[in-house]
Amino acid sequence: MSERASVPGRLPWVLVLPAVLGLVFLVLPLAGLLIRAPWSTLGRRLTEPQVLEALRLSLVTATLATAICLVLGVPLAWCLARLSFPGRRVVRALVTVPLVLPPVVGGVALLLALGRRGLVGQWLESTFGVTLPFTTAGVVVAEAFVAMPFLVISVEGALRAADPRFEEAAATLGASRWTIFRRVTLPLVAPGVVAGAVLCWARALGEFGATITFAGNFPGTTQTMPLAVYLALETEPEAAIVLSLVLLAVSVVILASLRDRWVTSP
Amino acid sequence: MFRRVSGLVLAAVLAVSACGSGEETATPAAGAPAAAATVFAAASLTETFTELGKAFEAAHPGTTVKFNFGSSATLATQITQGAPADVFAAASPATMKTVTDAGLAANPTVFVKNKLQIAVPPDNPAKIESLKDLTDPKVKVALCAEQVPCGAAAVKALDAAGLKVTPVTLEQDVKATLTKVELGEVDAALVYQTDVIASAGKVTGIPFPEADQAINDYPIAPLSKAPASDLARQFVELVLSPQGKDVLTKAGFQAP
Repeated sequence: MSERASVPGRLPWVLVLPAVLGLVFLVLPLAGLLIRAPWSTLGRRLTEPQVLEALRLSLVTATLATAICLVLGVPLAWCLARLSFPGRRVVRALVTVPLVLPPVVGGVALLLALGRRGLVGQWLESTFGVTLPFTTAGVVVAEAFVAMPFLVISVEGALRAADPRFEEAAATLGASRWTIFRRVTLPLVAPGVVAGAVLCWARALGEFGATITFAGNFPGTTQTMPLAVYLALETEPEAAIVLSLVLLAVSVVILASLRDRWVTSP
Repeated sequence: MFRRVSGLVLAAVLAVSACGSGEETATPAAGAPAAAATVFAAASLTETFTELGKAFEAAHPGTTVKFNFGSSATLATQITQGAPADVFAAASPATMKTVTDAGLAANPTVFVKNKLQIAVPPDNPAKIESLKDLTDPKVKVALCAEQVPCGAAAVKALDAAGLKVTPVTLEQDVKATLTKVELGEVDAALVYQTDVIASAGKVTGIPFPEADQAINDYPIAPLSKAPASDLARQFVELVLSPQGKDVLTKAGFQAP
């Protein structure tokens, strides 16, 4: 490992130059936000009840969405990586649909499926009296829809990269597939699952298009931080910058602390 | 492999640059100078201004009119941040004021007015007849967010009527609000009369008297830093002409 890191020789400019350009490209807009931020009002904005409400809602819904993605996405990734069944390629392509779909279109699609007059939504309302649009549950559904592919792809990649001999050894010792999954496979791909969950959470936290289309926008129930930022931009661009920074700071702090605790890289 | 990829990249770059230069030197019609006017207009003007743009191109051979439709507030921000626009048509005097205050336009003219209506799904499941019916907590109502012109107008109309409505959602623009009615997700919404007409039967409009207290003025102005200032002035003239009035009133706008 350490040998590979210290291969002698000149710096490969072909790689370093685009890497630096790439970094600048990613960081420059952030610098724009930081430079234009009205720092003097930051404290006051942070204590506004509506901002705290939106922040709380964002954190709660993104976490719930990630939990749903883990419960449904990890088994889905396992099926894609370990089972061979007809149409597996099609299934894999379908899993990535929310990635390529513009989120607003995803929101409309969710309305057509789960809305009050949607395919399944109609039945949900008549049978259980449940309507998802305009509720906090609706926000979670929209975020999970958009974020799940990130988890599935990460976990599937980790499963494919994992050494299958451990699973085979467990099988020869008589372990059932469920036991193998629980005791061998899952610990083996844990870093991949955590990385996928982090990506998934981050995507859910920043979700805008599907949320505003499917769940609407109402302070306290469905107005997450990205929605608050968008509407602030309509009248008070400075407030929007402050809100963006708050969201950014909170997510960076959470992701950084998670990384130290669970993703201990050598 | 690397060579093939770089060849592809090169081809793509060439294609893109070819498109770019093609746009700038759009082949002029015999003798006339190539020209394009860029019009930033409120989302509610999409249908009418597209029609007027075609009329303008027909009347001025060799010119093209490009549109950027969106929420008036977003457009105003884009203009004050230096977007190369020639004309700005806003859905509220407040958004136009952002641009005039920045010294980027002067003397805007109000060219139309727009009025709110209650939009309900064609089968009107909640049996809405008046503004007062929207106060029923069992009725799901969508309004525009107060930050956008249609939301400000809705608040004004409800205040004038002395009614308090608790909506299930505050949408980011009038078209999004209308979509919620079209899909039957809400029982009613307050949108512009022009949006009801443009929806072509997908929603039913119910006029209400308090709407007269919340009429929205639409101002238009050529921009002082317009790259095509002559075309900008001519386009504004077309909008204010009897022909422009005709197109706009047919769509449900009212003359100022």
